Amino acid sequence: MTASATSADASTEVPLKRRLRRAERARQVKALALVAPLLVFLLFTFAGPIAGMLWRAVDDREVRQVLPQTIAALAEWDGKELPDEKAYAALASDVQAARASGTIAIAAKRLNYALNGFRTILTSTSRNLKTAPEPGTAKETLSKINPAWRERPTWTTIKDAGGPITGFYLLAALDLTRNADGAIVAAPPDQAIYRSLFARTFIISLSVTVLCLILGFPVAYLLATLPPGKSNLLMIFVLLPFWTSLLVRTCAWIVLLQSKGVVNDSLHWLGIIDEPLRLIYNRFGVCVAMTHVLLPFMILPLYSSMKAISPAYMRAAASLGAPPLTAFLRIYLPQTLPGIGAGSLLVFILALGYYITPALVGGAADQMISYFIALYTTETANWGLASALGAVLLLATILLALVYGKLVQGQQVTGGMKN
Amino acid sequence: MSDNSSLRTPSQRIAWTATIVVSALVFVFLIAPILAIMPLSFSSGSYLTYPLPGFSFRWYNDFITSPRWMNSLKNSVIIGVASTVLSMVLGTLAALGLAQWKSRIKPLVLAFVLSPVVVPGVITAVGLYFFFAPIGLTGSYLGLILAHTALATPFVVITVGATLQSFDTNLARAAASLGASPLYAFRRVILPLILPGLASGALFAFATSFDEVVIVLFMAGPEQRTLPREMFSGIRENISPTITAAAVILTTVSVILLATMEALRRRNERLEGGG
Repeated sequence: MTASATSADASTEVPLKRRLRRAERARQVKALALVAPLLVFLLFTFAGPIAGMLWRAVDDREVRQVLPQTIAALAEWDGKELPDEKAYAALASDVQAARASGTIAIAAKRLNYALNGFRTILTSTSRNLKTAPEPGTAKETLSKINPAWRERPTWTTIKDAGGPITGFYLLAALDLTRNADGAIVAAPPDQAIYRSLFARTFIISLSVTVLCLILGFPVAYLLATLPPGKSNLLMIFVLLPFWTSLLVRTCAWIVLLQSKGVVNDSLHWLGIIDEPLRLIYNRFGVCVAMTHVLLPFMILPLYSSMKAISPAYMRAAASLGAPPLTAFLRIYLPQTLPGIGAGSLLVFILALGYYITPALVGGAADQMISYFIALYTTETANWGLASALGAVLLLATILLALVYGKLVQGQQVTGGMKN
Repeated sequence: MSDNSSLRTPSQRIAWTATIVVSALVFVFLIAPILAIMPLSFSSGSYLTYPLPGFSFRWYNDFITSPRWMNSLKNSVIIGVASTVLSMVLGTLAALGLAQWKSRIKPLVLAFVLSPVVVPGVITAVGLYFFFAPIGLTGSYLGLILAHTALATPFVVITVGATLQSFDTNLARAAASLGASPLYAFRRVILPLILPGLASGALFAFATSFDEVVIVLFMAGPEQRTLPREMFSGIRENISPTITAAAVILTTVSVILLATMEALRRRNERLEGGG
């Protein structure tokens, strides 16, 4: 009797379990279907475009398309001596075809990046090569038109630019290049500007982060300590700038800091200065304006981490005889470290990619990496280098964002006090 | 004030006073620049310096009668509203899905969905510039709307997601057990409860698009220039007081958005406190 009852139970239980599982699976499929439109959308408007940019950092098919026979002829060339007659004949034929189709400038531009003066070599060759050279005389003819064809680096440059992919732009973004023997060496000093650009970007971002921390900490402490009514009111002072347009705030700083601006006029009126100080279009202006824009991003995470600290800890420390400073340094400050970390990382990440504010209030020596990415994209159309610099900036951002993610997640797991 | 009871020693009182003084200075630093440019827009002179020679509306008049400025305002509204609608649809659906979805790769998907906020504007702009140019989406409203939607949607996912987290799913179950169809339950039970969250998301999305300038710099043709874009070239070329009038208009929009946001937050707090 009992045995049959349990078996009957089991027979109804199994389908129920399966039914539940099936219902759960249907729910999961439905959930995924709701997320899918956004994923597809972001693939088209965000991930795809960025992947395309990263591809451009290594894409190198321009020379191959303009000088196909030359690239083919150089494929087996070992690069130790000058190439043989076959390569010269291929080049002559390619140059004539490229002149007919008007594509010579494309190859000239790319080759000029790698070897300064290559544009002249190629255009003079194209201009002076009236007819196809007699068989066997291509080397002689080309060398007569431009003696650069007698030099090995001219040919290694073409071979290196043969694509279809290249490390050239990525190396250039790190001030590196390949020499005629293919070894990676430091770039010539006149082209080696990117490491100092990264250093400058890093220094500006770090200065802004430190300034934000110094200015933000007391404010966050005040807001977290005051009773809710007062702190909510004061919070407007933080939120209003946060919501005000970046352009408005940048414009405001120009008005304030210019030579006849409010700050200079007031200092002059107070008799502190005789000549207007140079406060803008320099590093000072950039740091002040960026700190103003990014300060709320420091105050808000600091505030929420301080809000989570129970005042009982400080009271306990005091009742156990800790002097106020010791209690602050040993009890309070350590508990704000996650907030300090999150706020600093957030400000630093956002500062790294800044473009608009330095472009408007900085001088030529204060432009950050984003400025050069924009410049190479729209002005000089050196898309390979723009993309390579973008790839470096993106990598730095992603690494820092991962650390930030770990930090914030850790806070949520360990900090049961949060909220 | 309960916290002042712990301020017994003179050194503590000094530290507290110092905190207040420093904070007051920081508040001045935060607010003063925004307040300082407002009076200049009402100046009758054409220099951006104090003292003002007199009061006038001439720069607002200049703004309203300039086809360039008015066109940019119109563009900002068109692109802002369209990308808000689009990001609300995509973001709300995704937030609803993410709330139910259980998977090991969910944090990864969430990170991907939120990444447009973190990736520097120039990188997104350059990528879009290369990607949209061959398919004719640069110099078009559609291209800008799509790009701004990508930037704004993460904010919708975050705000709506946060609302859904505090949402009691038993209410939806109760509706279903009482015979409501899923659509009816959504419309009559879920929607009214998550509406403040949706509204905050929409405000965030609109503010994101309304303030964006890097992508517009790369992708907009002369026809699609937005208000921040017009301000950018205005600041670059020559700062006229018309820019300060534009700044006051932009700030007014920000204040309205912020006030609405605060009202929504207070309403939500009251509802949660009452429940």
